Amino acid sequence: MRSFAQLVSELGSATKTNDKLEALSTYFSQAGDKDKVWVIALFSGRRPKRSIPSGLLGLWCAELSGIPIWLFEECYHTVGDLAETIALLTDTQAVSTSTNSLSYYIESLSALRTVSEEEKRTFVVQAWKELTKEERFVFNKLITGSFRIGVSQRLMIQALASSLSEDPDKLQHLIGGNWDPATTSFSTLVNQSAAKGDFSKPYPFYLAYALEEAPTELGSPDQWQAEWKWDGIRGQFIHRAEQLFIWSRGEELMEGKFPEYDPLAGLLPSLTVLDGEILAFKEGLPLPFSALQTRIGRKNVTKKQLQEAPVVFMAYDLLEYEGQDFRNHPLSERRKKLEEIVSNVDHPVLRISPNILFDSWETLSRIREDARDAHAEGIMLKRKSSNYQTGRKRGDWWKWKTDPLSIDAVLVYAMKGHGRRSNLYSDYTFAVRSGDQLVTFTKAYSGLTDAEMGEVDRYVKANALEKFGPVRTVKPALVFEIGFEGIAASNRHKSGVALRFPRILRWRKDKPVSEINTLEDLKDMLRLYGAGPQDPAQAHP
Amino acid sequence: MSLIEHTDQGLYCPAGDFYIDPWKPVPRAVITHAHSDHARPGSMHYLCHPDSIPLLRLRLGQDISCQGLPFGETLTIGEARVSLHPAGHIIGSAQVRVEHKGETWVVSGDYKTENDGLSGVFKPIPCHCFITESTFALPIYAWEPQEALFERMATWIAKNQQSGITSVLLAYSLGKAQRLIQQLGSLGIPLFVHGAIWNVQETLLAAGWKLPPVERIHPSDIARPYKGQVVIAPPSVADSPWLHRFQPYALGVCSGWMQVRGNVRRRNADAGFALSDHADWLGLLSSIRATGASQVLVTHGFQSVLSRYLRETDGIQARELATEYKGEEELPPEPEALRPVADDPLRSDERTDTDDPLPSDANPDSNT
Repeated sequence: MRSFAQLVSELGSATKTNDKLEALSTYFSQAGDKDKVWVIALFSGRRPKRSIPSGLLGLWCAELSGIPIWLFEECYHTVGDLAETIALLTDTQAVSTSTNSLSYYIESLSALRTVSEEEKRTFVVQAWKELTKEERFVFNKLITGSFRIGVSQRLMIQALASSLSEDPDKLQHLIGGNWDPATTSFSTLVNQSAAKGDFSKPYPFYLAYALEEAPTELGSPDQWQAEWKWDGIRGQFIHRAEQLFIWSRGEELMEGKFPEYDPLAGLLPSLTVLDGEILAFKEGLPLPFSALQTRIGRKNVTKKQLQEAPVVFMAYDLLEYEGQDFRNHPLSERRKKLEEIVSNVDHPVLRISPNILFDSWETLSRIREDARDAHAEGIMLKRKSSNYQTGRKRGDWWKWKTDPLSIDAVLVYAMKGHGRRSNLYSDYTFAVRSGDQLVTFTKAYSGLTDAEMGEVDRYVKANALEKFGPVRTVKPALVFEIGFEGIAASNRHKSGVALRFPRILRWRKDKPVSEINTLEDLKDMLRLYGAGPQDPAQAHP
Repeated sequence: MSLIEHTDQGLYCPAGDFYIDPWKPVPRAVITHAHSDHARPGSMHYLCHPDSIPLLRLRLGQDISCQGLPFGETLTIGEARVSLHPAGHIIGSAQVRVEHKGETWVVSGDYKTENDGLSGVFKPIPCHCFITESTFALPIYAWEPQEALFERMATWIAKNQQSGITSVLLAYSLGKAQRLIQQLGSLGIPLFVHGAIWNVQETLLAAGWKLPPVERIHPSDIARPYKGQVVIAPPSVADSPWLHRFQPYALGVCSGWMQVRGNVRRRNADAGFALSDHADWLGLLSSIRATGASQVLVTHGFQSVLSRYLRETDGIQARELATEYKGEEELPPEPEALRPVADDPLRSDERTDTDDPLPSDANPDSNT
């Protein structure tokens, strides 16, 4: 545990990517195989199942440190991280006496799932007493999950690759997919031939960067393929061994969530892997993301959901063809084969993401302005000669989003943030006007510079009107321009609308509260963009 | 009528017709210490501990009218008896004890309970009412003993030195900078300091303080090699071009806020040292309890938390008291107060500006 805690502490304070890489490589070259498997799992989002509710942790911590529970909660809201709050409060000043490994603690915690509350408590309190502050933090993180400490999966894989002298892209493929860190050995995990037996193993997704320059910088338009950028869930269709596996970009196996896809198992050629978008789609039109959202996270879909938000698969790439890894063929070739497959399958649930025809960047630029009418977020640009790469890479794939919708609103509530925004009022709720009332309609957490956030923080601290737990009501005076990608009707919000990707575009210091937008303005936007007026597949044939 | 009242000008003692750490100019100001949120310019006459006088003159001007009162000596002002007692916060820092008709109040100013070897040893003064700060009044703030902290700092410096990297330590120019100079200097580590810290150093040396020698970093010395050396600078230089000359360097931030990881990351620091001149949670509680006060007024920091805890746990009559003191600021102060467009109570003209009048090379030091 000590070396892992040290790794986490080094990663947490490293400000340069190279230092992080070095810390990880050093760890991988020294750690035991079992611990390595767990570290790979933790840093690729495969966290152990939760065995203790966080409410209990807080209670035990408050008891152990002899403070009332309200004071524990005050501490938590200031620190912004449960694991760290507890690590700070359980300071017994004891010198670390534990020599147990990372995997020992993970496995012990996992075994706690079936035991009584008292036994859980005994184990956890004992661990708090025998571990140092840094170790306690890591131990608590193992319980509370979410190991977000500024290390991307890519970085972890690079470090692993350098410690094994392996190709990072190959490793990324190997550690993708479905494996259980509790039962997988390190040698199986990083072994190519062992991976062959896993039919469900997905390929790593190729991800695009946002286009920041003018498309004219990309050269001649005839070297590029343009498609709509769909607002669904990126998905990978794997048809092997007469089974269909569907992966989301988050490397989650979407089992049983989309029964619409079941017929495709009998229609797709064997040993085929497709890349595309899982998209709610009805009567020839994509539905807003919010429609799809109602189906995510549900174990079983209801009949009503199937009727209201049926899905299609909007295919746009071919990764495996006749059992061969097809990623190194140029896009133009992959696309041709993909079109053949989709046309042979001939099923309304499998659609091809249409190519947008354009003869100049100027034409395409105009088409992009209508993306919202096509229920798309913008345009994807893909170089026709490019092969299918691993992870987020510059050069051959670009996303060219439409400019966001925007509305001016006033800050009404603020809450302290988490992580590097600890003890800083950084999470905001905004309102628009409705007659002489203010109606809240969205939260936004990003878009301000650190300096601006510090300024808002000071304003909140000086102008808090009421406290509701960690939330502060503030005097409505600060006006911000809120940008968002889409708008949909919602009965969960007082305003009746839900926004997609809301964020702060800028602080309107020039605008008084009397000039902010109204609820009517939002409803106009809902009428304009909340439902689809035309079929995007036919908009630009 | 209370012995000490909250007024627009600051904390006021009607029995003696004087103010304690007023935030507006007044005829008579008793000053707990020389940080600029406690010692503000413009008052007719100042009273403080003798060790504070040169620092007050440095910050407020050489021509101020200033009288010294040593620890434990009593001065009668009007009908009030006033004395100063060590607060352990920075050099010259004092608690103010006020007595009138058998009632005793103590204003803590800022204080810490750990003896840093420079600032005097905090001593709880029995009183009926204690006005306490609450900068770090949460149980998550439990300071590591300073010996252990300075040992970690020395290890960090040695590691940087081995890699040929300059160690830049950010610390308030008055207070923590002297602690660093004393601790690191006594290990024989050569120290280079920002102009703001140099000015305080010169003032203290002239006043007879024995501090290890430091070398001033001149704005013109751009080409001078600082490779592997130790630089001490005020927090306001963070993200400023002033730091460029030290490339490659590692940034170590010295502040109580560094107790929480997120704050270290927010400051983009390579290392955070939770070094503070304020009492931690247990330090606050033990000090408050030792005064035996039945009434406690809680100022700047986590006022609501501390006053609720004292009410519920100790049965002390405790409540929040709004002041314009700032404790240990998390970010360098903004040059301008916030000016929202709408009708807002936070008028910029009401906030004394936080610019530090110290002559310095880069931005002025933070005010505390």
